[in-house]
Amino acid sequence: MKQGRLNAVREGRLLLSGNEAIARGAWEHGVTFAAAYPGTPSTEILEAIGEHYPEITAQWATNEKVALETVAGASYGGARTLSAMKHVGLNVAADPLFTLSYVGATGGIVVVSADDPGMHSSQNEQDNRLMARAAKVPILEPSDSQDALDLVGWGLEISERFDTPVMLRTTTRISHSLSVVQAGPRREFPPKGYTRDIRKRIPIPAFAKGMHARVEKRTLDLSAFGETFPLNLSIAGSRSLGVITSGVSYQHAREVLPDASFLRLALTWPLPWDLIGRFLAEMKEVRVVEEGEPFLEEQIRAHFLAPVEGKKYISLEGELEPGLARRALAPETVEPPVFAPAQVPQRPPTLCPGCPHRGAFWVLNRIKAGSTSDIGCYTLGLMPPLEAVDTVLCMGAAITVLSGLEKALGRDAVAGRIVAAIGDSTFIHSGITGLIDMVYNGCTGTVLIMDNGITAMTGGQQHPATGFSLRGEPARKLDLEAVCRACGVDRVTVVDPHDLKSLERILKEEMAVPEVSVVITRRPCVMIRRPEHRAVAVLDPAKCVSCRRCMSLGCPALSFVDGRPVVNAMLCYPECRLCADVCPKGALTKDAGGAR
Amino acid sequence: MSDEARNILLCGTGGQGILFASEVICGAALLAGFDVKKSEVHGMAQRGGSVSSHVRYGRKVWSPMIEAGRAHLVLALEKLEALRWAHFLRGDGMLLACDLEIMPLSVNTGQAEYPDVSAGLEAMGVPFRFLGAVEEAAGLGDPRVANTVMVGAAARWLGLPPGTLEESLRMRLPAKALAVNEAALQRGMQLTAGV
Ligand code: SF4
Ligand code: SF4
Repeated sequence: MKQGRLNAVREGRLLLSGNEAIARGAWEHGVTFAAAYPGTPSTEILEAIGEHYPEITAQWATNEKVALETVAGASYGGARTLSAMKHVGLNVAADPLFTLSYVGATGGIVVVSADDPGMHSSQNEQDNRLMARAAKVPILEPSDSQDALDLVGWGLEISERFDTPVMLRTTTRISHSLSVVQAGPRREFPPKGYTRDIRKRIPIPAFAKGMHARVEKRTLDLSAFGETFPLNLSIAGSRSLGVITSGVSYQHAREVLPDASFLRLALTWPLPWDLIGRFLAEMKEVRVVEEGEPFLEEQIRAHFLAPVEGKKYISLEGELEPGLARRALAPETVEPPVFAPAQVPQRPPTLCPGCPHRGAFWVLNRIKAGSTSDIGCYTLGLMPPLEAVDTVLCMGAAITVLSGLEKALGRDAVAGRIVAAIGDSTFIHSGITGLIDMVYNGCTGTVLIMDNGITAMTGGQQHPATGFSLRGEPARKLDLEAVCRACGVDRVTVVDPHDLKSLERILKEEMAVPEVSVVITRRPCVMIRRPEHRAVAVLDPAKCVSCRRCMSLGCPALSFVDGRPVVNAMLCYPECRLCADVCPKGALTKDAGGAR
Repeated sequence: MSDEARNILLCGTGGQGILFASEVICGAALLAGFDVKKSEVHGMAQRGGSVSSHVRYGRKVWSPMIEAGRAHLVLALEKLEALRWAHFLRGDGMLLACDLEIMPLSVNTGQAEYPDVSAGLEAMGVPFRFLGAVEEAAGLGDPRVANTVMVGAAARWLGLPPGTLEESLRMRLPAKALAVNEAALQRGMQLTAGV
């Protein structure tokens, strides 16, 4: 049960995650439109809005660029708006963001960038403060949930007052940590209405020159605003060590340096130079504590030519935690470890028991084919024993990387050896353009659209091909087969990935044909289907010959003990019979599952 | 409770209900008037991955994460995970683990071996207790409430006012799930009553 359900209706002292607090902040501060594409660690923001705050029109967009553009339109209409995305999502939305910075905001625009230092669920550790600065967009960084709630309000106000989109930058440990907030009522800000203003909204060169000049002036004004911004906190402590910090790093640093002085910045670009200058002048030594890039450190050093240190102590890589902070900042307080860590096997996430993708990867492995793959649960097909994923780059790249391989090396290098494997949600996000390109440029590869009927990796969100909206209301269902045909693909086949024989035959056929083909492997993610029965795979030990074939599925519900597979009845997924199907001796059965 | 924050580390594998267990404890701490923070990573939705939740409460809490060597209690819903996180304990800390083994894929595929957890914990010198929470929960009619049994078992190390865990449970559960969870909490408390 989500505790937010209780929190939504209450005011007062609540325990909220950073993401729930952002949703609450949007509600309290009069947001009327929000759009996002799911991405860890940002997903729960729109989920919470969808679940608790009907006053806000909230929707899943096809991708982050689309989300931010719809938000821009709503802002042009004078609505208070919010868009949320993970850090790499901002790369997709960079195009609108950079020019929206020139155009500005009519109704407030808060763009949440949820960064993922430590890469808990991401492919890189990019620090989007650099992105915002490149776009000349002010940055707000919360240090806990209360900040997150308050900074949505401030962000909207700054956005409207300074005519700019505002980035609210969180990290995983802000978005996914819970802390106490004081929750208040909603203030209404009805959309002001749209007025045509071509000098403001059309950045043709003649107008854009003026816009750029305005942006430069805006930056100076925002720096001055930061001097007295109440969430830029100056905390007086010992003058022998001062810490300049932001975000969750502030909490770790305060934990290990209870006596130091702090300058905790919440508006981290543009910087308040006088405030920082005074702090530097008062301290004997100043250190900058920040995860990721030396964002504050480099600016402060360049501005003051002062010997402040930061990355000398805090790694560029990974996330900060209090133990690392203590070793870096207060080594004299490090206590010798009481218990030495034990060496134990890792437990990485695996495809669920019953996962539709398991069948597809098992067949690819069997026919000795690999895949250019993509971002989703199916990335996990890289792990033994399935080992059928070769490449992952970014959303949508499965298809285009395969095209490039074929263009460089010719058809023989890919045919029969490698296919593109992309999920339904990812295909809609940014695979469609790649498929059009593939057909247009005369490629001949095979694309697997692994359609599990949901955006699975982020916890199960709707998308255009599920037929439901963010709030679960019926929506026009995108027809994936029709989309592929419209892209120019004549060979489009749909198959159940747990029908191993058919899938193998179809894959071999399609890879042999010298034209682009699409194979849609369609079977729902186990998260979205309540099984109709409770069948468990059963072993007949008399028939088992210990060949380990069942173990080639990599199903977490199967282990191999004393030469025999053992089925974990708690984990076995009722509507899966993969192990029964691959067993050559009929030793594993799943009768209640019914024969196909 | 002293000024120092109380640190509870919960761990287990995906799908075991770690996040619910930590929410119940946090809710109780909130009811008791403490400052509360909790941090966990729930990135990939896939089941079976290692999951941990850091819970901290006290007069004022700064970092949402617990430092290694500073947890008052490690509450593990799976034995291998207990061993993975045991070094987070303070010298006077306690480790409670559900007596349940869930094989990681590397063990299933023969690349690694499931360790002897008791021997491992003994070698480390960690004070620990295994509890048959799944059997207890099954006995109450639902093996899935093993997480709540473990919360009950942990109660005496949590330093929370009597009644707050019960109240926190009531605030989080719909009526039909409440009775079995309340029974699980009570059963858990009995399990460690004599320790
Ligand atoms: S969440 Fe769904 S798609 Fe992802 S691994 Fe599990 S079953 Fe497969
Ligand atoms: S039927 Fe076999 S392969 Fe499918 S979930 Fe159960 S044990 Fe795993």
